[in-house]
Amino acid sequence: MMDALIFTAQDFNVLKPAIILCLFGCAILLTDVFIVRRTGQRWLNGVTALIGEGLLAVVLVQHLAQVRAGGAFSGLGGSVVVDGFGVFFNIVFAMSASLAVLMTARYMEAEGEHRGEYYALMLFAQAGMSLMATGNDLVVLFVALETMALSFYVLVGFLRNSKRSNEAAIKYLILGAFSSGLLAYGLSILYGISGSTNLAAVGDAVAASGADNWAVVLALITTSVGLFFKISAVPFHMWAPDVYEGAPTPTTAYVSVASKAASFALMIRLFTEAYGSASASWVPLLGMIALITMTVGNLAAITQSNLKRLLAYSSVAHAGYILLGLVAFNEAGLRGISIYVLAYVFMNFGAFALVTALRRDGKAAEEVDDLNGLAGRSPGHAILVAIFMLSLAGIPPMAGFYGKYYIFLAILAEGYYLLAVFAALYVAVSAYYYFRIIRACWIGEAADTPASLDLNLGSRVVLVGSGVLTVLIGVLPQRFLDLAGESVLAALR
Amino acid sequence: MMEVTTSHYVVLSTLLLLVGVVGILTRRNILVLLMSVELMLNAVNINLAAFSASLQQVHGQVFSIFVITVAAAEAAVGLGILIALFRNKQAIHADEIDLLRW
Repeated sequence: MMDALIFTAQDFNVLKPAIILCLFGCAILLTDVFIVRRTGQRWLNGVTALIGEGLLAVVLVQHLAQVRAGGAFSGLGGSVVVDGFGVFFNIVFAMSASLAVLMTARYMEAEGEHRGEYYALMLFAQAGMSLMATGNDLVVLFVALETMALSFYVLVGFLRNSKRSNEAAIKYLILGAFSSGLLAYGLSILYGISGSTNLAAVGDAVAASGADNWAVVLALITTSVGLFFKISAVPFHMWAPDVYEGAPTPTTAYVSVASKAASFALMIRLFTEAYGSASASWVPLLGMIALITMTVGNLAAITQSNLKRLLAYSSVAHAGYILLGLVAFNEAGLRGISIYVLAYVFMNFGAFALVTALRRDGKAAEEVDDLNGLAGRSPGHAILVAIFMLSLAGIPPMAGFYGKYYIFLAILAEGYYLLAVFAALYVAVSAYYYFRIIRACWIGEAADTPASLDLNLGSRVVLVGSGVLTVLIGVLPQRFLDLAGESVLAALR
Repeated sequence: MMEVTTSHYVVLSTLLLLVGVVGILTRRNILVLLMSVELMLNAVNINLAAFSASLQQVHGQVFSIFVITVAAAEAAVGLGILIALFRNKQAIHADEIDLLRW
């Protein structure tokens, strides 16, 4: 066992993404104190973070080339594995973090809390997410999940003088810690069953003891409930609307996209590798949860008047659709999840970038009515709103269409016709509230003092970039579908 | 004298986990909620230590050290956020924290 204790070049290569993110996070903390605060140019922190993301992108391209050339490879005694799945999700996290960094400066300046720690915490959270997607060991997965979650608790409560932000943070912390506790309990049982923390060994032990074994059932239930909280599946979603509404908007966008994608990555790997043999017992459970998640998310979104809250419920509904991909548990389902998550990054960040920029008298304006008459004042932005909303509703030729299309195909291939019918029905329901937002922009009566869009270079880049990619993935999907196809876990190919 | 086996420890840890879960669901004081979370994580530690002893392995103990570390970090962040909330609101009861519909 001595050789496992030597840190090899391979181990370093596997860990590069997390190392880069942690180093740049620390670098921001230091340069913020010693350089940035003296010059007063706070946006320099954002530039440092973006340089880190650029370096990470280079590493991810290398990893992708290595995986294409020689297949998946692992390091640190098999506890971290770089495969198509891990690299794909790392790309998703890097995109979300870059977009979140770009939209931060203007918003945080307006709220009077523009600090370097905010950028550092975003990178630390991303380091955790990176290991959630590539971890292949119970301990690594748990510590990675907590690294992400602890950073997010602080990011949500970052507006120290806002009661709403404090409240959102305390709710997120209590329910997040509660779900982590349940998840950790399930992981400890899995260790007890298998005597190993490696996922492959855990999977063998679960297969050997059978799906009816009480310990397997206990582990399955506790880990599922823990993860349902993290992906905000109904009935464990009640934190989501409160947290999304109270948190600073860049955090809301980051939480709703990246943390959800990371939790799905962990869930997919755990359920495929460890519980793969017991799929007959968890597929019905997940199917039921997916169905009620879509129902509650879509129906609750209809009545919301606050944009952030509306998008929160819509993100609950999206979690239901993504869960359907895991219910299908076949190649098409996992490919559907990947393309769905990728599209979701751009359409959701675009929508949140608009909410972030919307202001009245220097204060954040977050109601649907605040969009009234936007088309008259700035038609370009109203067109972007329409693009993002159509994509969220899953209407072709926007990016959001392909995720739903492949996931529906996958569940039809497995013969879950009733689920497919309900899922399609709820797409129609969701079109209602997405179209309400478009309607407000184009034919809503503008108020006497209309809200205006307060944009800087960063948020313009986010808006236009997300808009272009949302349309591009929709119109020329092949390249992205191929990438998503490569991300399917080896066990399901 | 009855021998204490691994299943006894698992029963104990399950009970401790349930105490934590019930605490979170029924208590309204946020400090007590944080304590309940600690109870849940300690249930995990009992499990890991018991399995580690019965399997004659060190993995479980290492895992439990990580769990303890995470619990400490969670408590630190939790109390920090709670202090920020208390400065703004003078409230530590979940019922008084009602700006966002709980």
